[in-house]
Amino acid sequence: MLAYTIRRVLISVPVLLGSTILVFIMVKLSGDPLESIKLRNPPPPPQTIKLEEHRLGLDQSWPLQYWNWLKGLVLHGNFGAAVQPSDNIGSEIGSHLWVTMRLVFFSVLIALILAIITGVLSAVKQYSALDYTTTFFGFLFLSMPVFWFAVLLKSWGIWYNQNVSANTFYTIGDKSVVLENDTTWGHITDVAGHMVLPTIVLGLAGYAGWTRFTRASMLEVLNSDHVRLARAKGLRSRKVLVRHALRNALIPLTTVTALDIAALLGGAILTETVFQWQGMGALFVQSLRDKDAHLMMGWLLVSATIVILFNLIADLLYGVLDPRIRHA
Amino acid sequence: MTEPTTKAAAPSAGKPVATDPATGRVEREFTVKDRSQFQQTMRRFLRHKLAVGSLIVFLLLVLFAFVGPHLWKYQYTTITPDNSVPPSMKHPFGTDNLGHDMFAQVLRGLQQSIKVALSIALIATVGGTLWGTISGYYKGFVDNALMRFADLILTIPSLALAAALANNFSGSWWIIAIILGGLAAPYVGRVVRGMVLSIREREYVEAARALGASDIRIMLRHLVPNAFAVVVVNATLLVASGILAETSLSFLGFGVRPPDTSLGVLITLGQGAVNTRPWLFYFPGLFIILVALTVNFLGDGLRDALDPQQTRQRR
Repeated sequence: MLAYTIRRVLISVPVLLGSTILVFIMVKLSGDPLESIKLRNPPPPPQTIKLEEHRLGLDQSWPLQYWNWLKGLVLHGNFGAAVQPSDNIGSEIGSHLWVTMRLVFFSVLIALILAIITGVLSAVKQYSALDYTTTFFGFLFLSMPVFWFAVLLKSWGIWYNQNVSANTFYTIGDKSVVLENDTTWGHITDVAGHMVLPTIVLGLAGYAGWTRFTRASMLEVLNSDHVRLARAKGLRSRKVLVRHALRNALIPLTTVTALDIAALLGGAILTETVFQWQGMGALFVQSLRDKDAHLMMGWLLVSATIVILFNLIADLLYGVLDPRIRHA
Repeated sequence: MTEPTTKAAAPSAGKPVATDPATGRVEREFTVKDRSQFQQTMRRFLRHKLAVGSLIVFLLLVLFAFVGPHLWKYQYTTITPDNSVPPSMKHPFGTDNLGHDMFAQVLRGLQQSIKVALSIALIATVGGTLWGTISGYYKGFVDNALMRFADLILTIPSLALAAALANNFSGSWWIIAIILGGLAAPYVGRVVRGMVLSIREREYVEAARALGASDIRIMLRHLVPNAFAVVVVNATLLVASGILAETSLSFLGFGVRPPDTSLGVLITLGQGAVNTRPWLFYFPGLFIILVALTVNFLGDGLRDALDPQQTRQRR
């Protein structure tokens, strides 16, 4: 299993490199990052522009720029110079990533728990009222733009706050700027309070597809021979459901969950933008506005690594769920 | 599906089973009525009430989007003297702060969004089918190269990649469609490749090859038609995800750009007014949901109808 993991990690290195090259070219094509400085009125002296170009490495050819970036990253762990002079890309990504990952983690957790429970129940009680309700809501959330739902929920939160004249739901930011109760516990509750609405939004976006998927794969397993045999043996129905049916139904769900992580990160960008979080979403939009190739490549490297990591975890989980698939 | 495909023939009144002298066919007590795969699929699809209803609603929406603007009294660019009025008989969906009639705006937005979504599905399906078929059929080096490239695109959140790409262009609807369609192609490609890998080992493909059929012929006549069911279902679902992808891109400011409009642009412009002038935000949103919902139901019905392994009788 260790050898398998190492092999998988090694295979993903060229994929990561390839994607950074792709994005590097794309950002380079999108225009001059110093445009805003050059258009300043009065125009800055030519030395200033020269210095900036040198600082960002723009005075070199593209391949050399990329090579220097790669060298800096591998040898010094340095993500390169940012267009905004005050920013250090490495620490920026670090703090923003933490904000985004806790959102994604809790959303996935809630979405999976809900999806498995409702998916299993609606497969067991096929064509019941519960099944129709779950199916309807699954389809509804599948058909709803993530940010439309986010804006909707935010406005409901604001409306509720106004009606009860209390700040029950936090609708802006990932934490309070000034905290009255400045203790560790105060910080945790503050952050948790800010997470409620965004987590619901992103969680339901993931839930929609997964509950449909759980239902479909549960139905397939429930109709299979080994479940019929387990029932014929006289096992208790709970045991048949959990040990024989659910365990098998979870295998395809693992794949789908891992594959959806990339889409969920996209959803996180939107959710964070609506709730004005300082997460990876804000960083991404900034890199596009600034035409900042280094920031963009750093962003991409981190999010692609997360996607690859989740896929790896999914593959390792196969072995746990299905003893036939053991990675030698 | 346990369909009655046999029909009782005219009672043969105690006559012994005989051979029809004219055709040489055996006259049997029960004759089997032939049904092509298409006919079977149609029968199964038409029995799926929700899917048929969705198809009708979707077609009505398309008609509404493409014919409506010609019949409605305001153009989407017309600036009326009424600013920010709530829905009324004159302006069924109200107006925005500049005096644009929201009904005309929603019609135009719906039209642009449907155009984008259908183009995305078309581009992704054609591109992905080609990608997957070539990759699965040739295997080896070609397969490796194509699939590693697909991996590359699949590891990056496609919304991010689309935004970075669209940042280079002006926001016309067809550029957005090409970008989003191109980014969805690897998903289709992967699915098709999986199908092709199993189909290419079948006996009939081997037979075709033995008879000297060219690679192109095998791909077009044997591989693609047999993967068709999965491709069609995928294409339908791509329309739904396409319309959502367009709205997301427009929300970030990298999609269709004003003065042209789409449903995504409309809800983005309306989000600030959600508590004060809710009609600006809710009406475009409802139309997105309506389109995506009908298309999703349609795809679900098609999947049930096209899946030959489907044995459960739907109620």
